[in-house]
Amino acid sequence: MALLEIENLVVEFQTASGPFRAVNGVSMKVHEGEVLAIVGESGSGKSVSMLAAMGLLPWTAKVTADKLAFNGRDLLGMSANERRKIVGKDIAMIFQEPIASLNPCFTVGFQIEEVLRVHMGLDKAARRKRAIELFEAVGIPDPAERLNHYPHQMSGGQCQRVMIAIAIACNPKLLIADEPTTALDVTIQKQILDLLMKLQAEHKMGLIMITHNMGVVAETADRVVVQYKGRKMEEADVLTLFENPKSNYTRALLAALPDNATGDRLPTISELFVDEGAAQ
Amino acid sequence: MSVILEARNLVRDYHIPGGLLKKAKTVHALKGVSFSVEQGKTLAIVGESGCGKSTLGRILTLIDPATSGELLIEGKKIDIAKGDMTPEMRRKVQIVFQNPYGSLNPRQKIGDILMEPLVINTDTPADERRDRAMTMLKKVGLTELHFNRYPHMFSGGQRQRIAIARALMLNPKLLVLDEPVSALDLSVQAQVLNLLADLQDEFKLTYVFISHDLSVVRYIADDVMVMYFGEAVEYGSRDEVFADPKHSYTKTLFAATPRADVASIKARLAKKRAA
Repeated sequence: MALLEIENLVVEFQTASGPFRAVNGVSMKVHEGEVLAIVGESGSGKSVSMLAAMGLLPWTAKVTADKLAFNGRDLLGMSANERRKIVGKDIAMIFQEPIASLNPCFTVGFQIEEVLRVHMGLDKAARRKRAIELFEAVGIPDPAERLNHYPHQMSGGQCQRVMIAIAIACNPKLLIADEPTTALDVTIQKQILDLLMKLQAEHKMGLIMITHNMGVVAETADRVVVQYKGRKMEEADVLTLFENPKSNYTRALLAALPDNATGDRLPTISELFVDEGAAQ
Repeated sequence: MSVILEARNLVRDYHIPGGLLKKAKTVHALKGVSFSVEQGKTLAIVGESGCGKSTLGRILTLIDPATSGELLIEGKKIDIAKGDMTPEMRRKVQIVFQNPYGSLNPRQKIGDILMEPLVINTDTPADERRDRAMTMLKKVGLTELHFNRYPHMFSGGQRQRIAIARALMLNPKLLVLDEPVSALDLSVQAQVLNLLADLQDEFKLTYVFISHDLSVVRYIADDVMVMYFGEAVEYGSRDEVFADPKHSYTKTLFAATPRADVASIKARLAKKRAA
């Protein structure tokens, strides 16, 4: 059975000029122990579809789907209370800006222990012990000391490690990483990606990697979903996608990579592909 | 080919004043960097955050003075600390910043944004300013319709085109591009890189391209300088640096850059199956 099943997901936002469809009929499945990458440009609806699955969208968003299930349990029909028990425990998320997603008013130790208190109900000593373990697992040196630090005392890469530690605190079955390395330097990006892949393999987690970087996709994914303007353009395993892309949009996207430049100028992507998406 | 820009042993220190309990200290942001760029060429400066590449950009754009060392533009020594800058010298270097959402004034119309450098630096009459702004808009791939619009009405790629147009209004010799495409999507990035290449051909522009994205650098640069903690650890032609990186930091940087080719995906999948 698939860990996360999404069928025909539609997300609409009410705007002054009528409803705007951010996600338009996207379906996907994530299995246990699988790394799925969702690629797309800004505005392709890749983050919104995952936020919809997490139930983190504001009330202005209208979410409908034929099926939105985690581990066989329907997420849409469930009460907010029930859903909160799953989100943060069985499904966890890491965001793009590590420094902005931590609370600057509390120590990182408090923030990681908060998760353990709410979801696991551990006592104070056990929480402390588990927090130190987690910091060790994500490679933060001198963990006992570091727990007393505030986010502004740490670098971007260290903050992202703290975010990962918080996300894996309750041994989630599914981890959603929304552009986890976009704000980081390449050398730090490599460390964070290696860490995510190691944790994913150790815990047999399902991992959804949202990114716009084809290099990150090539380095991490088993299967890839390509999105454009709220539609799914293509779904394929990673090798097929790079070797033999089916949709014109994917082909254009790969051609626009400076790595693949052959001539003097890079081929660019035109607006042509909107119609192709509508046909599917 | 004439050398447009030459830097000899540039040093920049920042002094952090002490307080009651803190000692004053000095941060060495640049520790003696030398290079030269010929007309119509592109020098890429690569390095991670905190390595001094933006400090160098500020010195080249004549925003900050260097603590010591010499900066020559078209063979003429320039020292802004002395305060003998003429408007003609200022015009020769312009800059494009990383974030087009932050670098355009939201309360100015595009036309005013483009005409402002002319108002400040030259005494061009109003109708000629307008004509030149219109011509430049078309050069960067926008239309006359955009003249009276505000920045919020444009996408990120279009805004970066506007920022490039503004930088070119004074016909500079040298353009400092501080991560001009890192805030843009892949398809838009390709368009902006193409635009930069077209403009370079047309105006014989010299670029100093600050970036941390090695695939972009490999595509656009003629020469590459790798910086690490304020020092230039590697400097040479693009092919030399990419084919045979000498310094261990450059090697680390290359190893860390994700590869998007089929062979490396195959290698990774094979390794994963074996594990």
